[in-house]
Amino acid sequence: MNALVAFFARPGRATLGALASIGRVALFTLRALGAAVRPPYYFGRLIEQMLIIGWFSLPVVGLTAVFTGAALAQQIFVGGSRFNAESTVPAVTVIAIVRELGPVLGGLMVAGRVSSAMAAELGTMRVTEQIDALTTLRTDPFEYLIAPRLIAAVIVLPLLVLVSNALGVMGGFLIGTQRLGFNVTSYLATTRQYLEWDDVSSSLVKAAVFGFIIAMMGCYHGFRSMGGAAGVGRSTTNAVVSAFVLILLANLIITVLVFGT
Amino acid sequence: MKGGSIELIGVRKAFGPKIVLDHIDLKVEPGESLVVIGGSGTGKSVMLKCILGILPTDSGTIRLDGTDLASASRADRTELRSRIGMLFQGGALFDSLPVWRNITFGLTRGRATNAKAMHAKAVELLAKVGLDAPVADLKPSELSGGMQKRVALARAIAAEPEIIFFDEPTTGLDPIRADTINRLIRGLVTDLGVTAVTITHDMASVRRIADRVAMLKDGRIHWEGKVADLENSGNDYVDRFVHGRADDGETG
Repeated sequence: MNALVAFFARPGRATLGALASIGRVALFTLRALGAAVRPPYYFGRLIEQMLIIGWFSLPVVGLTAVFTGAALAQQIFVGGSRFNAESTVPAVTVIAIVRELGPVLGGLMVAGRVSSAMAAELGTMRVTEQIDALTTLRTDPFEYLIAPRLIAAVIVLPLLVLVSNALGVMGGFLIGTQRLGFNVTSYLATTRQYLEWDDVSSSLVKAAVFGFIIAMMGCYHGFRSMGGAAGVGRSTTNAVVSAFVLILLANLIITVLVFGT
Repeated sequence: MKGGSIELIGVRKAFGPKIVLDHIDLKVEPGESLVVIGGSGTGKSVMLKCILGILPTDSGTIRLDGTDLASASRADRTELRSRIGMLFQGGALFDSLPVWRNITFGLTRGRATNAKAMHAKAVELLAKVGLDAPVADLKPSELSGGMQKRVALARAIAAEPEIIFFDEPTTGLDPIRADTINRLIRGLVTDLGVTAVTITHDMASVRRIADRVAMLKDGRIHWEGKVADLENSGNDYVDRFVHGRADDGETG
């Protein structure tokens, strides 16, 4: 009997731990959403966060998109040539970029840059008692720290992904017209012909969801930091890893929901 | 200004199996200065954080000026906190803000409003803690540890609170600066009637600041009495603590 209990104890504890973590994230999210819709609103901090998350992520997101779009066009051309489908390069590139690679790679790049920075900043504030100090100074840390980051990420990510999509398509266009011999006019015409509104709207929805995930994971792990510098380091790693996994999971769910039928 | 009262009834707080506060009963009268002493890691800072509502207690009641912070409404909590100041052990200044905005943070609730008047107010408070006006425009990272502590003290008193908590206010300061801070704290109590609760290991500060002293040991109030009775407490541990004398065989 004891052996049986011991056998189930470890998975049981792991399950309880996982459920407790989900519960903590859910409660944190609810509190963050409450702070985001309830006054006071810190517009100055919102603008500041929009710049940090959006403007300063533009170079890395843009370069990723251009290189990926270019490489993708080259691969489609090579792969397509095996069954005489080289002409599909503009259509497949634009669909792949706008539906998947633009939002996912953009989300992952921003998660790497922003989730880690949020977790490190909030974690340092936690371990140096700055978050406690906010409370004693009549300021709700959720309203002052979390809400502006959350709102900014949800607003800015779709804009970033729009730029990312455009640059990704441009990368494919450059390779297609400068290296693979496509005609400029026909490449653009095919791109426009195959790009549908659903592709763009699903891309923007994904981006907004990814923005929410990036901000929540950065804030959640940073806010719960403990144990000095080592604890802040752990929080930063956890924020990035969890944001990456959740972005990929959310991408799958949205893709199945939108394009599954 | 008239200070508020603080009352702890049967307060218990544990972190996992470790009981940090074990049914603490403590009362601080309005306008009184209580200094809490005790060995490192005995839960003094935890007790302050419980009183401030930053950490939830496991059981017991804490009343600030008759109001139970834990069960108070959001509006009541905000109102009550407007009458409370806190100096954190490490200063806890906001890295991203200049000194003047740190000091006036509680007045503006973090907004960059009324900048000119707030800057002037910050300079006035800096003078009270012995710092010059140019410090107002520096970032906390540009200050020494002692200067950060004094800026944090200026922030704690900026909103003219009725109850102030000081966690190690003189740690990291030279004896002259420490005395300036001790005088400031004593002045707040004597001249303005503020209620003060101070945690310190500095016995010079205890003698300068305290009306009453409470010693925390093993999660309980081990000894409590007037500062005048500290030298003749009749309690061996208090006596050793006051005179910095280790027990035979005590290796730390």
